[in-house]
Amino acid sequence: MKSKDPAKHTHARGSCECRKGITRRGFMTRLGVGAAGVAASGALFPQTAAAKEMEMIKAGDMAKITLRVNGREHTLLAEPRWTLLYVIREKLGLTGSKIGCERGECGACTVLIDNIPRYACMTLAVEARGAEITTVEGLMEGEDLGPVQQAFLEEDAFQCGYCTPGQVVAAEGHLRADPDPTDDEVLRGMSGNLCRCGAYPHIFKAVRSAAEKRRRGKGGEG
Amino acid sequence: MKKEQEIYYTKDVPVPETPEPGTEPEPWGKTRIIGERVPRVDGYERVSGSAVYPSDVMLPGMIHGAILRSPYPHAVVKSVNIEKARNMPGVRAAISMDSPGADLQWPYNKEVSTKLFDPRCLFEGETIAAVAAETPYQAMDAIKAIKVEYDVKPFVVDERKALKSGSVEVHEGGNRLKTATHERGDVEKGFAEADEVVEKTFRTECEIQTPLELHGCVANWDGDRLTVWESTQGVYSVQSKVAQVLKMPLSKVRIIGHYMGGGFGSKLNASKYTIIGALLAKASAKPVKMFLTREDAYIAVGNRPPSNMTVKMGVKKDGTLTAIQLKGNATGGAYPAGGTALIDWLFRDLYTCENVRTEMTDVYINAGPARPFRAPGHPQGSWALEQMMDMLAQKINIDPVQIRLKNIPKVSQAREGNPPYTSTGLEECLRKGAETFGWDRARKEAEANNKKDGHIKRGVGMGGCVWIVGGGGPPSTVVVKYFSDGSVNLNMGASDIGTGTKTVMALVVAEELGVKPSVIQIENADTGTTQYATPSGGSKTVPTEAPTVRNACIDAKQQILKMAAEDLGLDVEDRDAEDLRFEGEKVVSKSDPSKSVKIKEIKKLNKRGLVMGIGYRGPNPENKTVNPFAAQFCEVEVNTRTGEVKVLRFLGAHDSGRVMDRLTYDNQVFGGITMGIGFGMTEWRVLDDGQTGKMLNKNWHDYKLPTALDVPMDMTCVPIELHDHEANNTGAKGLGEPVTIPTAGAIANAVNHATGLRFTDTPINPIFVSRMQDKTRAAEKAGKEALSKEARNKEEG
Repeated sequence: MKSKDPAKHTHARGSCECRKGITRRGFMTRLGVGAAGVAASGALFPQTAAAKEMEMIKAGDMAKITLRVNGREHTLLAEPRWTLLYVIREKLGLTGSKIGCERGECGACTVLIDNIPRYACMTLAVEARGAEITTVEGLMEGEDLGPVQQAFLEEDAFQCGYCTPGQVVAAEGHLRADPDPTDDEVLRGMSGNLCRCGAYPHIFKAVRSAAEKRRRGKGGEG
Repeated sequence: MKKEQEIYYTKDVPVPETPEPGTEPEPWGKTRIIGERVPRVDGYERVSGSAVYPSDVMLPGMIHGAILRSPYPHAVVKSVNIEKARNMPGVRAAISMDSPGADLQWPYNKEVSTKLFDPRCLFEGETIAAVAAETPYQAMDAIKAIKVEYDVKPFVVDERKALKSGSVEVHEGGNRLKTATHERGDVEKGFAEADEVVEKTFRTECEIQTPLELHGCVANWDGDRLTVWESTQGVYSVQSKVAQVLKMPLSKVRIIGHYMGGGFGSKLNASKYTIIGALLAKASAKPVKMFLTREDAYIAVGNRPPSNMTVKMGVKKDGTLTAIQLKGNATGGAYPAGGTALIDWLFRDLYTCENVRTEMTDVYINAGPARPFRAPGHPQGSWALEQMMDMLAQKINIDPVQIRLKNIPKVSQAREGNPPYTSTGLEECLRKGAETFGWDRARKEAEANNKKDGHIKRGVGMGGCVWIVGGGGPPSTVVVKYFSDGSVNLNMGASDIGTGTKTVMALVVAEELGVKPSVIQIENADTGTTQYATPSGGSKTVPTEAPTVRNACIDAKQQILKMAAEDLGLDVEDRDAEDLRFEGEKVVSKSDPSKSVKIKEIKKLNKRGLVMGIGYRGPNPENKTVNPFAAQFCEVEVNTRTGEVKVLRFLGAHDSGRVMDRLTYDNQVFGGITMGIGFGMTEWRVLDDGQTGKMLNKNWHDYKLPTALDVPMDMTCVPIELHDHEANNTGAKGLGEPVTIPTAGAIANAVNHATGLRFTDTPINPIFVSRMQDKTRAAEKAGKEALSKEARNKEEG
């Protein structure tokens, strides 16, 4: 296993840029919930400016919201209960993000919110206002695949492909936070995304290869 | 011109000789593209997010369906009131058993059928009513507003209890659906001849398929024509069932399933939701997206039946098996669903034994019907058989690999007439697998480690297998369109369920026609536009479709050569076309290489635009059987303080004939092992036997699939490539099922090697490991009395 110089990146609480907001563990503790099942990819909710100032909306009323998805602003009417996943799939037509469980267990719906991988099924659309949302479609470079996508293709890191967009986005998020992860960090980072076909060994290779590709300076932001 | 040549033809790839019409082609010699590590031809769509799965389909005006299901494992519906639901915001249709057109029969098999909305609910999750609304949220609101009066009945959800007298009856007449027995030789004589006899009872828990894409469809009517985008393994089987239930002509039912997000056997056919989707679309006059919730997918669309197996086996000191006896039961749920199907197959066929007796009883319980699940019956049987083989080896003190090598069969013992296999690589799987794994050394090192004090114990285990089918067979039809510019369109009905079917077929075209895989466009899985195929499952898709594709390519080549012969002034009728061969971008004469014509310039090809090659799947060899074999090896680490078992590494040695794409082959092997780890270590359906009869863990939080942290990244694939020219004209056998058959048993054997404990029940998770260790320690303290009491309790409970 490849180990890493701890001085290079400590993930120290409060100083680390790759973990914003409330951690899943902290969130669970606050709710008094015990064991977490499938590990979540990073924090659960973003503490965006808009979320802090959220006004009350009556159930059943539509709220006018603006979402920034893949660098483009979309203004639409949404029920407060609509998930971000529902809105990006059914209202914006971005069906790359998939529905697996709608309860934060499988990661097929993983998107980046301000660069952090999150389950779009567990995020309300109204909560995501003001944030920079990136879906798998947003990782494309025009018609060309981004480096993580290219690595998944080359390493055959999927079978049926249904969990794949979520896996790709999760990998992208982890590599944005830490461009040079250890093997153990890759496994832990990807453990919030289920693959029933069991392509994990190839996914692992793809993430390693994607880290290489990104470090060589092709695509993505740091 | 040179550039174009690079686009369409693979450089330096001689195209195989074209056989005479009506003759079988020669087996491929050394292949150029087949067997290489080629990324998938549809990989771009799958990693970019542009692939449109059925759950992604969006049609103008489309609305969303939802189904109300029985919350009780056993109840009779007295009344259903959908009026309030019908008038809720956004609701466009609501249907129940009383609705016009909804009084339909749903067949489970030829004899047993129920109504689509049957008032007798025999399992949690039976369909009661359905709605369609403008948003899925409104549909769920409406579902909650449906008023149902139930007459709640007592239930039985444990097949062991269901067999006892006085049990609740799922169906009138008792819970014993059928008992299947098989016998050859004389087991009593075999036990008498044995030097050692071992008897043990095993149990495997119910496993649920849970593919990532939920079960469901989008249904749309154009007048009397129905189109369904279904997440399925077989569009033609869905078409047939939908037409049957709705009493429509096949031609009016079109099923499309270009992509699908996993099925593992649970999406081989149409489901009630398919029909409900169609009825809602009819009632609302709108396209309806009808997908299940994850919770419903756990209870209503299939599972691998739980099984109970008491096995008794006899062995001579030299390792020869003298008798195998299997007796037990299993349950396919509330309807006939193959609860015991194929559990006995490995006992009857895998290892040489003259005296075999099996008896398995299929039992009804109040739980969702089973469906085929990757290698039906085999992982269950393997769990017991492979552990028994190790126990026998321990008794006579020989190595686990050696006892299996001692009993390699030359013929299929379970089949009528004992036909030979076209090829059997079991011995090579065992030998090459053990050698590559470093079996002997790993065993010794583990044993040395375990002699030391310390709570981390190591173990090494293995298992072998055969898969009952995996040779494929007719029917199948494939069309290859060879365009005038030399690019190719492949048209086949088969679904690519994630196994790489499209990629493998593109490689067959590339190998046979010498074109690049990247210029092969594939149309598949659409009953309206593609050719007939059986569902993708049972490891039979590659051995069925690949020879068919090859035949289609050969048909196209024969036609092109004939056209070229005309251009070259050869006498077509005088079979001069046989003198011609493909060479790069040209067709040339073998006897006179100065005679040649560029494919692009062949007159008739240009005039017609394309040549259409048609391929059919020929018959399998007579009096022989085509089967894949395998052996898997693993090393585990057991923490005797916490009960955690960590799988350190795995090796799969597989004889599935010719490797078609090494990249997808490896992926399939690792995926099968991963699923086997789930079956053996993490997965288990928990039904509330005591109080409600409901499933308690119908979500991925409580029902645990292996994650990236639960499987070793150190996995090795060792293909055993025997040249099997008899299997079919590509030499490929199936791979998808054998890869998951021996995995769990191999793990149990490794855990036994590490701890000395024998885990007869799945799953080997920290709870059960700790419990077993506590029992063992208590027994050591309290002496043997405690142990025998435990055994008595277990028998009773």
